[in-house]
Amino acid sequence: MTHPENAAEFLKDSQKAKWHDETLWFVRDKRDKVSKGIPEWEQLRELASGIKDNVLANLADYLEEFERNATKNGIIVHWAADSEEHNRLVLEILQQQNCTAVVKSKSILTEECHLNPYLEKHGVEVVDTDLGERIVQFLNQPPSHIVLPAIHLKKGEISELFHEKLNTEKGNEDPAYLTQAARVHLREKFFAAKVAITGVNFGIAETGEFIVCTNEGNADMGVHLAQVHIACMGIEKILPRRKDLGVFLRLLARSATGQPITNYNSHFRSPSPGKEIHIILVDNGRTAQLAREKFRNSLKCIRCGACMNTCPIYRRSGGFSYNSTVPGPIGSILSPGLDLKKHSSLPFASTLCGSCTDVCPVKINIHEQLYEWRQEVTKTQGEFAKGLAMKLASGIFKSPLAYKISGSLMRNALKSLPNSLIYHPLNSWGKNRNLPDAPKESFQQWYRKNRS
Amino acid sequence: MSSREKILSAIRSLTLESKALPDIPNFSNSGDLVERFTQSISGNKGEVLSKGELEEWFSSSGFSKVISRSSQFSELATLSLPEDPHALETLEVAILDGQFGVAENGAIWLEDRQLGLRALPFATEHLVIVLDRNLLEDTMHQGYEKIAAAHSGFGLFLAGPSKTADIEQSLVIGAQGAKSLRVVLI
Repeated sequence: MTHPENAAEFLKDSQKAKWHDETLWFVRDKRDKVSKGIPEWEQLRELASGIKDNVLANLADYLEEFERNATKNGIIVHWAADSEEHNRLVLEILQQQNCTAVVKSKSILTEECHLNPYLEKHGVEVVDTDLGERIVQFLNQPPSHIVLPAIHLKKGEISELFHEKLNTEKGNEDPAYLTQAARVHLREKFFAAKVAITGVNFGIAETGEFIVCTNEGNADMGVHLAQVHIACMGIEKILPRRKDLGVFLRLLARSATGQPITNYNSHFRSPSPGKEIHIILVDNGRTAQLAREKFRNSLKCIRCGACMNTCPIYRRSGGFSYNSTVPGPIGSILSPGLDLKKHSSLPFASTLCGSCTDVCPVKINIHEQLYEWRQEVTKTQGEFAKGLAMKLASGIFKSPLAYKISGSLMRNALKSLPNSLIYHPLNSWGKNRNLPDAPKESFQQWYRKNRS
Repeated sequence: MSSREKILSAIRSLTLESKALPDIPNFSNSGDLVERFTQSISGNKGEVLSKGELEEWFSSSGFSKVISRSSQFSELATLSLPEDPHALETLEVAILDGQFGVAENGAIWLEDRQLGLRALPFATEHLVIVLDRNLLEDTMHQGYEKIAAAHSGFGLFLAGPSKTADIEQSLVIGAQGAKSLRVVLI
């Protein structure tokens, strides 16, 4: 299904769509307020973008430096060219540990690799431990937002779900009550798991350490109780120096949810005595994106989700409408690089207003890349109907007489044509759009009357 | 060719324009550090209190399972640190010394040395961190300058209790980790 088709589905529940729109805008507003309290905010964005530029220009060297230091610290480093290899590596580690139940904290990368279904197919129970992710996992859904995985659900739906899965009181929709029920359920899983999987927010070349940020503390609950920690990291998550974290940690949570920092920011440098830390460095299309000069900058993304919260299309169409692991504006420039055919409608899921670019903490030119992807899509697919309309318009604009006649025809037609024709199902522009009232006269007619 | 070679050579085959690594200026803010730190902690849904206030809370709560790794409150401990973190499942209070705090966001730096067991500040029901009020830094930049090349297997900037807003964006304190954070400034 294309983005417009999915969006139409989302908009059927107009009340919920309105709530979704307003709630995300509220998060965007919090981001604005907290960022305005930092006088050097724009300088920080500039720095973050510059540091990432340097990372992308020297990625191979930094990866080797990271590997060298991490290995020195006793971390076991693996490399995966694609999602299949990533999943296989995870399974092998689990099998070495005879582990059939694993706890996992939020990782967009493991979503991208479809790790859960792979492990389940091989007899491993996977428990997502971020509350929002556990909720969507119970529903067999992917997250609809990279920071707020269950933002598409109302508490009534979650209450019903927890009644079924966790035996909570029927009809009790109190978020505190539901969160407590999930706490009891998840703590049982943490204390039982031998292996814990996490994503990675930043890997530091200089020290070989990696950083994981959460508010719930679920990543740490998992890994510190488990015997083995598997961290899955996209190769673009490298930063050169430890002190670069000062810049990125100041930007990340403020951009994501409007908080000054996430409550837990854990720096993993070497395993506890007797335990193991594995890190898997994953390419899965990233070197191909690095090779595309126009789209290279998209690899700077730190997955804060600010571009989704601000996007007028995302807010009004929901994360699922993108049918892509990373939805929203940033997903719409990352996913076409992975599968242009499947994601061909995504670069068009934008008004090109540029708000995403304005809020991006690493200054990715998202809306410009969306425009560039449109060129790529039309190059490969072409748009016959639109091409025809453009040719017709070109003929009209070339002849002054044709222009005059068609203008007057159009003004009369808009007044007299029945709505059933204007908003005909075949005219997708008529959907959810109202035509402006047609003026009585053209500008030329008005000028002749009033000014000549 | 191994995947490692494949990835590295794919990157090295590209002609990438060189980009200098920018220097990070020493940003700083004005305002009283203790006041800003206290505000930040309460914004993160923690609480800053005095030694006396903590003792009061303690005597009124009647906790029976307490681990203290702070010399300031060693008399409050009822348990010693176990070897296996799984023994922390029913721990009510952990008391730790923080290395330093950051005023702009309330983040407190802790390393293996302070934690003893890495699971301790997460698994406990309530967390207390004791912090010297003279050891507050302005922003994260000064924070990382202070850590500099210090080496610990695990380090943590902790800024508040475990929290979530995953159900309709309603803030709930006490998700999977500690249900409260109290910071005692001495």
